[in-house]
Amino acid sequence: MDVIIRNLRIAFPTPQGESLAVRDVSMHIGTEKLGIVGESGSGKSLTARSILRLLPHNARITADELSFDGIDIQRASERQMRAIRGRRAGLIMQDPKYSLNPVMTAGQQIAEAWRAHRPNGARASHREALQAAEDLLAQVQIRDPKRVAGAYPHELSGGMGQRVMIAMMLAPDPEVLIADEPTSALDATVQAEILRLLEDLVSRRGMALILISHDLPLVSHFCDRVAVMYAGRVVEELQAGELARATHPYTRGLLDCLPTLSHQKLRLPVLVRDPAWSA
Amino acid sequence: MTTADMIDIRDLRVRFGTVEAVKGVSFAVARGASFGVVGESGSGKSTVLRALSGLNPAWTGHMEIAGQTLTRQRSRDFYRRVQMVFQDPYGSLHPRQTVDRALSEPLVVHGIGDIEARIVRGLAEVALPPTIRFRYPHQLSGGQRQRVAIARALMAEPEVLLLDEPTSALDVSVQAEVLNLLSDIQARRGLTYVMVSHNLAVVAHLCAMVGVMQGGEMVEMISADDLRAGRTKHPHTTELRTLSTELEEA
Repeated sequence: MDVIIRNLRIAFPTPQGESLAVRDVSMHIGTEKLGIVGESGSGKSLTARSILRLLPHNARITADELSFDGIDIQRASERQMRAIRGRRAGLIMQDPKYSLNPVMTAGQQIAEAWRAHRPNGARASHREALQAAEDLLAQVQIRDPKRVAGAYPHELSGGMGQRVMIAMMLAPDPEVLIADEPTSALDATVQAEILRLLEDLVSRRGMALILISHDLPLVSHFCDRVAVMYAGRVVEELQAGELARATHPYTRGLLDCLPTLSHQKLRLPVLVRDPAWSA
Repeated sequence: MTTADMIDIRDLRVRFGTVEAVKGVSFAVARGASFGVVGESGSGKSTVLRALSGLNPAWTGHMEIAGQTLTRQRSRDFYRRVQMVFQDPYGSLHPRQTVDRALSEPLVVHGIGDIEARIVRGLAEVALPPTIRFRYPHQLSGGQRQRVAIARALMAEPEVLLLDEPTSALDVSVQAEVLNLLSDIQARRGLTYVMVSHNLAVVAHLCAMVGVMQGGEMVEMISADDLRAGRTKHPHTTELRTLSTELEEA
């Protein structure tokens, strides 16, 4: 399974003409853990979502190549896309509070994903589907899967909710997981747990992971490779262990402006944006 | 408590139904100092702040601000002296009010005159361009919105600023700008800060003293220097510190 993006451009019409949100981004993603880092508006989510063709209706996408395991996403029919979305590529979003259905139990929601995407899933009995949901909850390290399967989203904590989301995405046994800021709504301790869990599941199942975040040190901790985006472009690509050797001033700026416990900074260095970065 | 203390809290308890969310928390903050409260969600850190600010009347214990004992009913003067900045700048500004309206409201409420000049000065103090004055919140970036929220809190010339996760909804580059702004304002006005956050590095950056909360109790009070040097006593503090430094070393 390979995702290939060559010279991807995503534009939005505005009264002042077209505004380019993603400019000539190229990426080749194999079975690996790739981090995409950037600020709000840098185009990181758009780039990742273009793989699922989940973009706003008025977005204009052009690319020399945009393919998922050889399937041309720009020309694929809706039917072909449905076979990718959810089934072969899962999307985990930021806040489980908004992405879970509030009137279905966690178990029902996972069972629904399982029935919809597993071969012969639709013919399976309710009992089988619920059993599968409980197994999945156990896989995301929920201690009491039976209780959580019967719980509604408002009865779950943020970390639990995100585990339910991950279980639901794992149900169809996808080849790629796209996690769009999966832990930004969570506490520091829970954040590390969820990312460790994701990393573990991805390695164990031989999946690819695309992790989108604005937290550079966090991402590099859990990924093999990091792409840093600024104003719609990839400005730097690094092996995760080589963060200290980042050369682009934007990447350096992102690292320097974080307060740290290890050394005290009386004043935090502020990013001075060079117009040349987005030129 | 010494006379220099701006805030003194002793044995604060807050109850929601049968759950005791805050179980006897005590701390004091000197005038012009910053105190940080860290903990996970549900540890009671925001509840302490809300009880102090007067947003939650269901508390028992003893709270003093500038030597005056706080009651459940607060005076108008209290709400002028103590102001709060919330986490989410999207949620804390009225979507159908301009920046001008948001900034003039505290002045009108507290009967402070000279509105025109104060708004102009207020925007300059948080480094916002004057052109922003007649815009609506949706026309601003997240960082600009949080600056407006800070400017609004400063309008009534408070002595105490309560900061509830003021930077956790912002990008790291914007977070640095807002944290610098908060230290500048404190140096200029001699304000007393209480800041709540789940990010240990952010709290230690701004506050010389940090209280760590877990399950409604303040399990440790530690200076930022001791925290940096790793002289933690409670296992929960050690755990939070390890998490924070592990990621820095990535």
